[in-house]
Formats: sequence, structure tokens, C-alpha cells
Amino acid sequence: MQATRKRGLHAGGAQRKRDQGAAWRGLPFVLPYLPFLILFGILPAIYALSLAFTTSKGKFIGLKNFTKTANDYRFGPAFEHVFLYTSVWLISLIVFVVGLALMLHSRASKATSTFRFLYYIPGALAGAASVLVWLFMLDPAVSPARFLLEHVFGSTLFVQAIAPGHLPFIFAMIAFWTGAGGWIVVLYGALNTIPPDLEEAARIDGAGAWTIALRLKLPMIRKWIAYMGILSFATGTQLFVEPQLVNQASLGFVPDTWSANQLAYQLAFRYGKFNEAAAVSVDLLLIGLIAAVLIVTRTGLFRKED
Amino acid sequence: MRLTSRSLRFVILALFAVFFVVPMIWLFLAPTKSDGALVTSNPFAFGSFHHIAQAWDHIDAYSSHLYRRWISNSLLYAGSATAIVLATAVPAGYGLAFGTFRGRKLVLTVTLIVMIMPASALVLPIFLELNSLKLIGNVLSVILPFAFYPFGVYIAYIYYSTSMPRDVLDAARIDGCGEWVTFRHIALPLAKPVIALVLFFSFVADWNNFFLPFAVLAKSTQYPIQVGLSDLLSSTPSFNPAAGGGGQSVNIFRPELALATLLAIVPVLAVFMVSQRALVRGLLGGGVKG
Repeated sequence: MQATRKRGLHAGGAQRKRDQGAAWRGLPFVLPYLPFLILFGILPAIYALSLAFTTSKGKFIGLKNFTKTANDYRFGPAFEHVFLYTSVWLISLIVFVVGLALMLHSRASKATSTFRFLYYIPGALAGAASVLVWLFMLDPAVSPARFLLEHVFGSTLFVQAIAPGHLPFIFAMIAFWTGAGGWIVVLYGALNTIPPDLEEAARIDGAGAWTIALRLKLPMIRKWIAYMGILSFATGTQLFVEPQLVNQASLGFVPDTWSANQLAYQLAFRYGKFNEAAAVSVDLLLIGLIAAVLIVTRTGLFRKED
Repeated sequence: MRLTSRSLRFVILALFAVFFVVPMIWLFLAPTKSDGALVTSNPFAFGSFHHIAQAWDHIDAYSSHLYRRWISNSLLYAGSATAIVLATAVPAGYGLAFGTFRGRKLVLTVTLIVMIMPASALVLPIFLELNSLKLIGNVLSVILPFAFYPFGVYIAYIYYSTSMPRDVLDAARIDGCGEWVTFRHIALPLAKPVIALVLFFSFVADWNNFFLPFAVLAKSTQYPIQVGLSDLLSSTPSFNPAAGGGGQSVNIFRPELALATLLAIVPVLAVFMVSQRALVRGLLGGGVKG
């Protein structure tokens, strides 16, 4: 106490000097990062927005690019695919990830940490690699689940296994396979922050494992579940790699405009319609932006100091 | 009754473990067999090491060592981008945690929003921007966007604002340390766990990114491994009968494709090993504090 006061006295001059510099303090450390934030975070969005409202000659045409792309015969199906896929993926995440995390947490032992690790392993294979693995799994000729494919799903050929009706489910399964383990680790970590006395008190009151899991633990990790849900919804709508690779592996049997992002990509690359591509990507950007704002303002997970 | 609910729990957990692990086991075993044996033999039978070597020879011969090129491209893109991320994100997180400059909150909010937004939502806009700058086909059009990693800034910011006492910094300043010296000698040495976390997440995100390089690169010699794998896939006759003739001549079949996939994750595993301790602590401890 004595020491701090003494230091405080000595620091009088420095204090004043610091206040003068307060409007700039810390800025030099942030400066190297700012160009990246502006060039690859803010400008692309603004540029896409400006393209979306203009013609290729730069003339302002209001919402025409949006209405034109929305009326494209590929637009409806692409968004339908994406929303169906996202719903399946979201439901499986919320049901299975939450269920598995609660089950793992209900009785911590050496086995549970092994399980967590096993669930997490496929996380190393995101991207194209995970899709390739599942193309093998879905090829009845070589799949270790051949029996399931043939007798439960009636697919004796690879093309049958990847029939268009199956795709939203297949992509949801791939996404679940690579991503669920990470979320289980996150939710398990959140469950660990619940004070053990609470659980103990509930147990003394006669609550069983089920009641504790559903009535006590579940509400306490609600914001994490909301975070996972909104984030996965936003990510799901952006689907690209999976249908792109299946398109390549199926000889075009699955269209190259299966998902919304693929449609935007094709509009830009194959047809050179950059303004229309921008309109579709602005649609997608908006979904992502709304989800991000919802997470920041509603889940309360990112309120550190404000 | 109690016992059955316990064993039911175990059965469910084990079934999911099978779902997560079986494809990995299959992937490890596939390159040990010939393409024909993959179809006829037990999916979990081990073939021979000889076949692994053979599969590697075929991959390596593909388009005169193109596979090696893809791996080294990926190392270059992910490695240099991650180096830039470390050099920019750690100071930025520090500046945002302790700075008082005008616009600090704005930078923080925008960083947070871009971080939460799915990265692929910005790929096409970035493509359009780079296209107007005539940078398409240049490797910088992969490295520079990769080097923007708001999550890294956020991790550093959270770390500095929660686990570094302001008093320590104030004391250093009062003792006459300049801003830079304070950062260099006090904040930076404390940032080791952050560096490990940022290194891991940034490197893996870059390594696994498919969409951006796929959109902005033109030549197959520039591809990173993820895009390269899709190129290999198109040459595998079992998935792409049209490549039948091509598949024969380039010798890319399912075992080769499986080995190529497997080798593509080795660097991710290596980075995981390096940053594992910090990761486990970060993911299970501070990283989840609400």
C-alpha cells in the first residue's frame, strides 16, 4: 500500500504525459493488422455490395441483379439444398453433440477422455480430404459399411449412393464427422465450469443423472448451444467444397450449381457475370453477417468488458 | 436398472466412437492393398508395405512430382500466412487490450464480427476484389487473404485482457519503459500459450482451405494440396469413369488416392503435436470461460 502510494506520487508527471498520449496509446501495435482487416475484411464486402447494385459498366440499377439472380432457375434449388442440408446438420449437431457431451460429463473417467479424443480425431481432415474419405465410405465396392449401403439404403453402385436425394444428408454427415468432436470438447469444457456443489446439492435432493443433465446442466450451457447453432447455421449456408467434389466425382451427375456459393462461383467464372455473382454472394454475406451480429449481441458470450 | 442405463450410455458412446474412427482406420489400411484387393478383401485386412511404396511411386510420378509441389505450395501458403498472422495478431491483441486510442472499440467490433462470419462468405467478394486488381493467379492472392485472421487477434486480445494484470504494465511504464520495450520484454514473453493457439488454428485453417485457392489460382502447379486432391480425384477412374484411360496411364487408383489423402494431413498432425499442450489447456480451461 505504502509502496503504491509512493509510486503514485512519483508518477504524477508521467501520468499527465500519459493522458495526453491516451488518444493514441496502443495504436502502433494495431497498425500492422489494420491493412489486412481493411483489405480482406471490410473492402471485399463493400466492393461486392457496390458490384451487386450496378451493371458491368458501373451504372446503378438498384435491386435488378438481386431479382434477376433470384429468378434464375438454379437459384431456388440451390438455396433449398443448402437450407435442407443446414437443417439436417443443425439438428444432428444439437441432438447428438449436446447428448454426447452430457453423457460424457455425467460420469467422468479415463474412458470419457478417450472417447473425447476419438471423436476429435476426424477434425484433422476438414476440407477436401474429409470429402474424399466419405466418397470411399459411400462407394459400395470398397466401403467397410457395404452391408449398410446395400441392405439399408439399397445402393449397390456409387452413383446410387450419391443420388441427389441423399446429398443433403451425406454432406451433413461429413460435416458432423469432422466438426462434432470439436464442439463436444467445447461443450464439455463449458459443462466443467458448472460448480460441482450445485450438482452435489441436486443429488442430495434426490435428483437422478437424467434430471441433473436436463434440468441443471442443459440450461447452464444454453448460450454455448445457441452459439454453436447460429454459427453452424451461418457456416452451413456457405457450403462449397463438398458438392464441388461430388460434382467432380460424379461426372456432372450432380450439378455444379448445387449450392448457393457454387452458383455464385459459376456465375463469376463460367459466365463472367460478376455483378450477378456479387448479388448472390451479398445474399450469403448477409446471412453470415446477421448470424454474427446475433451471436455477439444475443448470446452474451463475447461481452468481455463492455 | 442402474446397471442397464450405465451400459446403455457406454454402448451409445462406443457406437459413435465407431462412426468417428472406422473411416480413419480404413484410410490407414487402404494404401496397403491393391485396387483389386480393396474390392475383394476384408475392408480391415492389412495388405503389405510393398503396396504403400508402390502407391507412393505412382503418386510421385503423377505429372512429374506434382504432388510434392502441392505439398510444398501448401507449406508455403499456410506457413508464410501464419507467420504474418503471428507478427500482426499478437501485437494487435495487445494493443486492443491495453490501448486507449480512438476507434479501438470499432476495430474490436469489426474484428469480432468478421471472425464469427463464416470465412467462405468472404471468398467470392475477395475474389471479385482481387480480380479488379488483376491479382488473380498470383500466389499473393492466397497468402495475403490467409494472413488476415481475426480469430488470432481475438485470442490474443482475450488472453491479454484476462490474464495479464494491468498493474504490471503500469509499473513497467512508470519505471520508464517505453511502449515497445514494455511489449517486447513483458507482454511478448507471456504470450507463449497464445502463440501456440494462434499457430495451430491459423495453420490448420489455411491448410484445409479449399475455396479461396480454388477460386483465385489458375495453374495446377500453384495449387495447394486440398485443391490438388480434387485434381487427383478427377483422375481416379473408379470415381470418374471418363478418366478411365487417363487413370490407367497415370496409375492413380483408390489406394493412391487414399495415400494422397493420408499424407495431406501429416502436417496438420505435426502442428497439432507441437501446440498440443497449449491447445488442451486453452480448449479445456481459459478458452471456454464465458
